[in-house]
Amino acid sequence: MADLTRPYDVLVIGGGNAALCAAISARRAGASVLVLEAAPKFYRGGNTRHTRNMRCAHDAATEILTGPYTEEEFWQDLLLVTGGQTDEELARFMIHESKDILNWIVEQGVRWQPSLGGTLSLGRTNSFFLGGGRAMLNALYLTAEKLGVEIAYDAEVTDLQIEDGMFLGATLKQPIGGATDIRASVLVAAAGGFEANIEWLKEYWGAAADNFLIRGTPYNRGSILKMLLAKGVQEIGDPTQCHAVAIDGRAPKFDGGIITRHDSVVFGIVVNKHAERFYDEGEDIWPKRYAIWGRLVAAQPDQIAYIIFDSSVVTSFMPSLFPPIGAPTIAELAAKLELDPASLEKTVINFNAAVQPGTFDHTILDDCRTEGITPAKTHWARKIDAPPYLAYPVRPGITFTYLGTRVNKQSRIVMKDGKPSANMFAAGEIMAGNVLGKGYAAGIGMTIGSVFGRVAGREAAKNAKN
Amino acid sequence: MHGTRILDEADRLMTVCNSCRYCEGLCAVFPAMEMRRAFSNGDLNYLANLCHGCGACYTDCQFSPPHEFNVNVPQTLAVARAESYAAYAWPRAFAGSFARNGLVISLIAAFSVAAFIFGFAAFNDRQILLGVHADAGAFYKLMPHNAMAVLFGAVFLYAIAALVMGVRAFWRDIGEPVGMKTNIASLFQAMRDAGELRYLDGGGGGCFNEDDTPTDRRKIFHHLTFYGFGLCFAATCVATLYHYLFAREAPYAWWDLPVVLGTLGGIGLLIGPISLLAEKWKRDPVLVDAQRFGMDVAFIAMLFLTSLTGIALLLLRETSAMGPLLALHLGVVFALFVTMPYGKFVHGIYRYVALVRYAQEQRAIIGE
Repeated sequence: MADLTRPYDVLVIGGGNAALCAAISARRAGASVLVLEAAPKFYRGGNTRHTRNMRCAHDAATEILTGPYTEEEFWQDLLLVTGGQTDEELARFMIHESKDILNWIVEQGVRWQPSLGGTLSLGRTNSFFLGGGRAMLNALYLTAEKLGVEIAYDAEVTDLQIEDGMFLGATLKQPIGGATDIRASVLVAAAGGFEANIEWLKEYWGAAADNFLIRGTPYNRGSILKMLLAKGVQEIGDPTQCHAVAIDGRAPKFDGGIITRHDSVVFGIVVNKHAERFYDEGEDIWPKRYAIWGRLVAAQPDQIAYIIFDSSVVTSFMPSLFPPIGAPTIAELAAKLELDPASLEKTVINFNAAVQPGTFDHTILDDCRTEGITPAKTHWARKIDAPPYLAYPVRPGITFTYLGTRVNKQSRIVMKDGKPSANMFAAGEIMAGNVLGKGYAAGIGMTIGSVFGRVAGREAAKNAKN
Repeated sequence: MHGTRILDEADRLMTVCNSCRYCEGLCAVFPAMEMRRAFSNGDLNYLANLCHGCGACYTDCQFSPPHEFNVNVPQTLAVARAESYAAYAWPRAFAGSFARNGLVISLIAAFSVAAFIFGFAAFNDRQILLGVHADAGAFYKLMPHNAMAVLFGAVFLYAIAALVMGVRAFWRDIGEPVGMKTNIASLFQAMRDAGELRYLDGGGGGCFNEDDTPTDRRKIFHHLTFYGFGLCFAATCVATLYHYLFAREAPYAWWDLPVVLGTLGGIGLLIGPISLLAEKWKRDPVLVDAQRFGMDVAFIAMLFLTSLTGIALLLLRETSAMGPLLALHLGVVFALFVTMPYGKFVHGIYRYVALVRYAQEQRAIIGE
């Protein structure tokens, strides 16, 4: 058990990719480091435990990457997904630094592998962690421990002492290692967003948030973010926004992770609880439109929807944890889903009647579309007429939130008055909004975590020595 | 659904894993799983035998216990693997010997040792049994060479026949027609994979044993055991050739090939099994099939005793202890062979066959 009564050079709050990169980089720069992870050991690491890859720029193909991904291309992709809601200077800095992260993270014990089955579209841009995000975390923790970083679990921080932008100390909910009050010269806040904090989500989403499922652990409550913003730290990112995808309605409330997602939308139709379609299922190729369906479902009554398809497409998408609900007729399927059978039959009949002839190809924006219905299905529209008929119930699965703390290129927190904090840094999801104002590109959260974690740790160690 | 609780659980897990796939770079199990969307009994037994139990997928899994999805692939496949040994055992009547394997094998070992001792005592007078013999052919004063050859040849052939029948049933069940000579390349690929324990390394970092720090210890100790066993077997083969081709009778001098091979192998077969046992003892119970502990220990103990009695025989062969030690050694070796098709030994055979199947599947994907 770590001795928490002694003062540390650097206190890292959080336990995911950004926190560990910061801890390791600060320790390597000679600082004494304490990591406070609010979760128990098994659930350590916040959203990192559910990740699987990182997006890094590189000028040439590598053993695991199929081709070059230049800084400029990365920047263009970021510009596209954020619609320009990004700090260009910080973003370009991050993209440049990401090149070296490809090697640096390996030096910290993380191992890469080529893109996973079913993710070939990412084979050039994204490096996958061998064994997934938890394997990556395990490697970082082992390295941190070996270097002498002290780590405490179940270490929930309930208060931060901050005066005029200067961090003085932190208070634990319960004593650990003989201490409740933690002293350190520098703070690195890497404690993530507030996606698991339903009450906070309700401030923006109202009662609908009660029907949200949270894809990560219940420990991502954003309490550190809230404390920082309450104590004069400048905020960034839209507080009302979160990244949400459609996940199986039968998934657990928390921590269902990747295996509850559905990427079958394009192969059928999606109806709400009134058995009515509400959006163009064929708008764009997965994974580009993967992220919109969570928010679309969130806007529907009771935050529930059903992907309806037939037996002809069952093998067209990745298998998922929950089996589809099936029935020999549309009416019987509706009964099983507790939808009005006549309404669902009508919706399917109208849809089938509107399907135009075309050549189906799910890898491109093909010419299979509907005519004469609203909303249209603009690609991959095929009749649903091969029984048994199948359905997945889906709900919004919240991945992360965009609200964060403003930082500069040192990863140093910026106060409301625009002045950089004397001794506070932030890394990871808690400051992702600086770079990612909205939208998402696969693996970019991990890039933000590793790049700014490494920078924050290095700068924090330097800061502690002064 | 599958008829056994463990296959139902294996099916549930493969469905979870197939919708995640984070572990596909760790070993052969997950790429093989990805080739299927539904899993027959044969598929599950194939995957179970493909698993080397390195534990990496458990440590890396975000859904392992205490997560409510309760994903524990290494332990589930370990149980399924052990049950598959019984399911494919030949003749069927002996399938039950897997259930209380430790007891069965100890009894057979004790019985065969006793039989050799009594046999020596009955067929020889006390002076020969407890006498000092150092010349060539000394062993055969206690038991004529031909009697030894016939007895051990028979038990060896029986073991091979029983194993072949088991493998045949397994091969049929995992979805290949009998007759695997059709693809020599896959046989060699599997030999290489088995020979270097390619999939007992957690995807490169090592095995997980007592905690979350990966290590290569089990792999090294298994190599000592396996190659130790191989060298001992080679020693026996060379000695047999000596006997029939050159009419040179055991015991041989310390520098002679059978003794050198046997001694080197014997040392491996002492250190390997005892170290594997120590690792097993320390291993996180969550990764282990606790019910089969007896089977594992019995096999490890038999290998260890084979080597121990063999080396003791080598060291003390010029003393009056030679007679009883020879009986002890032959008894242990006899028991080892006769129980081979009904104990942990079969893991190597089934795993090799699973690796052949895997090599063939992979070749089919790449298109030769």
